[in-house]
Parts: sequence; structure tokens; C-alpha cells
Amino acid sequence: MSARGELPTWVDVGLIPLINLVLALLISGLVVVIIGENPFQALGIMLHGALGSLKGWSYMFYYATNFIFTGLAVAVAFHAGLFNIGGDGQAYVAGLGAATPGLILGGALAAILPAGISQPITLFVALMGSILFGAFWAFVPGYLQAKRGSHIVITTIMFNFIASSLMVYLINNVFRPITSMAVESKAINDAYILNFREIGRLIGMKLPSSPLNPVVFLAFIAAFIIWYLLWRTKLGYELRAVGANSEAAIYAGIKPSRIIMIAMAISGGLAGLVAFNEILGVQHRLLLDFVGGAGFVGIAVALMGRSHPLGIVLSALLFGLLYQGGTELSFAIQSISRDMIVVIQGLVILFMGALEDAFRPSLTALFFKVEE
Amino acid sequence: MDLSIFLEILSSTMRMSVPLILACLAGLWSERSGIVDIGLEGKMLAGAFAAAAAASYFQSPWMGLFFAIIISLLMSLVHGYASITQRGNQVVSGVAINMLAAGLTVVIGNSWYKQGGRTPALDDLTRFMPIDFPGRASLFSIPVFGPISKIFLDHSILTYLAFAMVPLSAWALAKTRFGLRLRAVGENPHAVDTAGISVARLRYQAVIIAGILCGIAGTYLSTSLSAGFVRDMTAGRGYLALTALIFSNWRAWPALYACLLFGFLQAIANFLQGVHFFGLEIPVQFFNALPYVMTVILLAGFIGKSVPPRASGIPYTKDR
Repeated sequence: MSARGELPTWVDVGLIPLINLVLALLISGLVVVIIGENPFQALGIMLHGALGSLKGWSYMFYYATNFIFTGLAVAVAFHAGLFNIGGDGQAYVAGLGAATPGLILGGALAAILPAGISQPITLFVALMGSILFGAFWAFVPGYLQAKRGSHIVITTIMFNFIASSLMVYLINNVFRPITSMAVESKAINDAYILNFREIGRLIGMKLPSSPLNPVVFLAFIAAFIIWYLLWRTKLGYELRAVGANSEAAIYAGIKPSRIIMIAMAISGGLAGLVAFNEILGVQHRLLLDFVGGAGFVGIAVALMGRSHPLGIVLSALLFGLLYQGGTELSFAIQSISRDMIVVIQGLVILFMGALEDAFRPSLTALFFKVEE
Repeated sequence: MDLSIFLEILSSTMRMSVPLILACLAGLWSERSGIVDIGLEGKMLAGAFAAAAAASYFQSPWMGLFFAIIISLLMSLVHGYASITQRGNQVVSGVAINMLAAGLTVVIGNSWYKQGGRTPALDDLTRFMPIDFPGRASLFSIPVFGPISKIFLDHSILTYLAFAMVPLSAWALAKTRFGLRLRAVGENPHAVDTAGISVARLRYQAVIIAGILCGIAGTYLSTSLSAGFVRDMTAGRGYLALTALIFSNWRAWPALYACLLFGFLQAIANFLQGVHFFGLEIPVQFFNALPYVMTVILLAGFIGKSVPPRASGIPYTKDR
């Protein structure tokens, strides 16, 4: 029996998110009713679109890959008491680190080494590049927060917009081949992650077409590493201590400014992995807006997953389902736009993040009445 | 660069500044009371959609303005309920407002008009057009003086409303009892509470003012600057207004100057595909990024210092 006023863990991590999700879906259903469609039919199409075929499942996991990275990015910062709203910008800038090795180093290595060796080396450099560029774009706001007192929320927003201008300029003026009209780099063939369909074809298996590729395993590994880091290492302890109470952490000999910078760098590095997935595993070139708002989905994913890696994996899959199902829905019912997912996302963020305690008092009252 | 382009840019600066000024003042009212408002963008966007839809349905820009204010106000109240009554995270609530607006405008617009989130194009009768005063055409045709006067006189009523809001806000915040209390609540809510004044009530009033101003800003975007709503038409203006607010150190008159400066940069970026400066070409993206870069530098305290209201972002809980 827990102390009075404290809800059991399963209510906190299970029931409250569930109530909030149901509420978000109810209101979304109301929107569907307002625009004159049947919400139950819409829900059915969404579930069938994501879970009714192997292709649907593949897309769901593909979307979830990016959302796990950005969800973890937001969560690591949350644990250190920081709100990193700049995942989109960090992933966008990480595109430089992901694409450049394949465009420059890959060709040089391919000329002197067999593809079986040059490709993995280039991919590894690109992986490190994605992490480092993403980490850098988050480290600077972290530094400014830690050393100069600029508010992290504001600086990361600013950095999103700076990243956007910077990347438009660089892709248009540096990466775009002079002869090309499309604003994108040339194809990256020297650092190419085969997707599962292509791998299946090599071994004589027929798989449905989807952008899902082995980077999805990296997402699960990342979730495990972050769990280990946060709850099994000294750094993780320090990070959570600063997030819980930075004043008290000082008395434990922890330097909050150092932790803030490290937490932001880790957060940005995780967001940067979106670039690794998208550019080398899906698009095979650097192009405009390849992040597609995944950084913001990460906020919803982290809130829904209670900032725990396991919760994040589950809620990333849920959002993957919503994205895939929502796409199918917009095909099936023309009057429901794909942007319906953005509405659901906004509602989840509102209920989970800003109104999370709205039901706690009544739930608490209910619980202790039942137990007494 | 010849003179006529320069005059065009100045004229455009006026137009680009209007939504920034209104949204920035909205942020000023809200944040001075201690409620951080990341949701300026969303409220403006929802307002722009409501204005275009209502103006087209009722064939009247004034009905557009009315519904824009109502919708923006509703979103403001959601933010207020989350931040004031529920003491939720204000930044998270703002992010949610922005997403809701971005999604709902397109979902509803697409289902009503089937034009990919657009609203029907508005004609001159259903828009806020530049005020047609007697002798307007002949005044603008006077050499030199005409084009210069055009910079200031070729605007709709909303533009003048926006500019009038600056001294009004400055005066109300500095000189009225309401303004003083509101600022006090953003600095030290405990003191205000001790004096027997309701913190929540004052903050709700501030959030309501912010909602109204964002609604007007949205109306300007879709019925004056453009002739209808297109998806994501705020294009980051809410965040730019927030940037201007920080850049101006949360004060009304400096906010006007910051908005004019940022409006000028937007006008340059729109008019010129890059500027040649002593033989160096400055790319257009530079002008787009400049406001954010300048604000980051200011926030970092390398030039001057930007200090937010002390209690901003902190939910108020009575001590027991």
C-alpha cells in the first residue's frame, strides 16, 4: 500500500497515459464527426492500414525508427531538466554529417578498396558524422544555457530557424550539382544502407516495398543504451540529479553546467540519428526538409512514454501506427487530410504534457475511496 | 539598387511588420503577466483561417475579424486553462496549441473547400483593403512626395490599428492600475496575492488580450496581406514575433522597433534574390536567419542583456 496521495506505479505509467490517449482520440473523433465522416470507420481504416498487412507493419516500424531517436532525444534532455525543442534543427544539420562522408570519402575509398570494405567504413564515418553534427547543434544552446544563462527553449527554437536557413543555403549552393534543377545533392551510392526489401531480394525473399531498413535495430539499441546510461551509470545519476534538483546536485559535488552541456550533446546526437536513417537508408541523397517534423513528434513520444526508453519505444510505435494509418486514411477518405495526425499529436502533447495532472486529483480520490 | 525598389521595400516593411507587431504585443501582455506564450504562431494561424473562412462565408471582412478573434481567444483560453488553472507546463501547452492549429486548419479547410487546405480567394469587397480617402489617387501621383506618402498611407485599417496598439499597450502597462498589477503579477505574484488581488484573474485577463491581438494579426495575414488562407501561412511569424519580444527586452516601444527591423529584413529577403555588398553576394537566407542570430547573441549577453519577467513560466501556487 503506497502512502496516501501517491498513486500506484501502474496508474502513473499505464492508466494516466491511457486516459489521456483515449481523450485525445475522442476529441480527434469529434473532429472527424464535425467534418461529416464516421469516426469508427476512420479508426478501422487506420488500424487496418497499419496492422492489416506486412507493408503496413513495415511502414509503422520505419516511422517509429525516427520517432524513437527524437523521443529519446527529448527524454534525455527532460531528465536533466531541459526542454530541447530543437530536435528538428539538430536532425536537419546532422544531414551534413550524414551526407558528406558518402559524397566525398565514399568515392575515394571505393577507388582503392573493394565495396565490401569501403562501404562499411564510409557508413561508420557517416554514423559518427550524424551524431557529431546533431550533438554540436544542441551543444551550443546547452553551452549558452550553462555558461551564459540563455533559456534553452528559446535558443533551441532560434537554432531550428537558423538551421533551416543554413541548410537551404548549403543544399542549394554547395550540395546541388550545378546542372541539376532539383534542390538536392547528387545520389549517395558509396554509403548505401539497403532496405529490407532490397536485402530480401538478395537472399531470394519477396518483401513488400517500404523504407524500413536495419537502422531500426540501431533505434532499439539506442533505447537500451540510453536506459543503461540513465539508470546504471554515474553520468546518468548525475544527469537525473541535476534534473530533479540542480541546487541539491551541487552539494553532491555535481557541476550542473557540465551536465547541461553533456545532456544537450547526447540529446542532439540522438536527434542526429534521424539524418542517418533518412539520408543513407531512405532518400540516398541530402534534400530539403528531410526531417519532416520528426523532432516535434519526439516531444509527444517522450511525454507519452513518460521519458522512459521502454515507454518511448512503445509510444514511438503508437505514433508510427498513427502516421501509417493516417496516410492510408487520407487515401481512403479524401475529405480527411493526413494532417489529422498533427491534430492527434497536438492533443496528446496537450493532455500528456500540459494537462497531465488534470485527472490526478479525481483518480487519487477514486483510488483511496476504493482501497479504504 | 534604384530608388523605386527601395521605396517598395519600405512599403513592404510596413506590411510585413503588422502581424509581427500585433503578435509581439500579444506576447508582451501574456509574458508580462508571467505566462510564457510559445503559441503565438498557432493562434495567429487559427485566426487567419477563421478570418478567411468567415469573410468568404459572410462576404464581410469584419465578420472575418470577429471570428478570428473568437477562435484565437478560445485557443488562448485553452492555454490559460492549462497554464493558470492546471499549472501545467506553459511551453508544452504552447507547442500543443501550435500543432493543433497547424493540423486543424488544414483538416477542416480541406474538408470544407477541397483545395488542399486553401480557402476560396477573397475579392476586394471581402478583404481589408487600403483605406480609400478623398484625393488618394492624385496624392500618390505627385512626384517624389507621392511615392513617399504611399509608404505610410497605402494601408488598411488593421495596419493603423496595429501601430496604435503600441502606445496604447505601453501606456496601459506603465500607467494604469491594471497594467501595474499585471506587471507585478509577472514579477512577484506572491506580493500581488498578499495584497488581495487574484493572480489567476489577472493572468486570464492578460491571456485574453493576447488572444484578441493574435486574432487581429491572423485576420491581417489572410484578409489584408493575402486574399485567402493557405496552409501554414504564418510561416514562422509567431516565432519571429516572440524573437522580437525577447530582442526588445519585453517592452512595448522597443518591440515596435524590433518588429520594424525584422519586417525590413523580411521585405529585403522577399524583394531581392541576394544583395551585393562591396562585391560580395549576401544570400537571401542570411536575411532570414539574421533576426534569430541577433537574438541568440543578445540572449547570450554578448551585447546588452535580455531579462524576462521574473515569474514568467512559473505556475503560481499559493503557499500553505
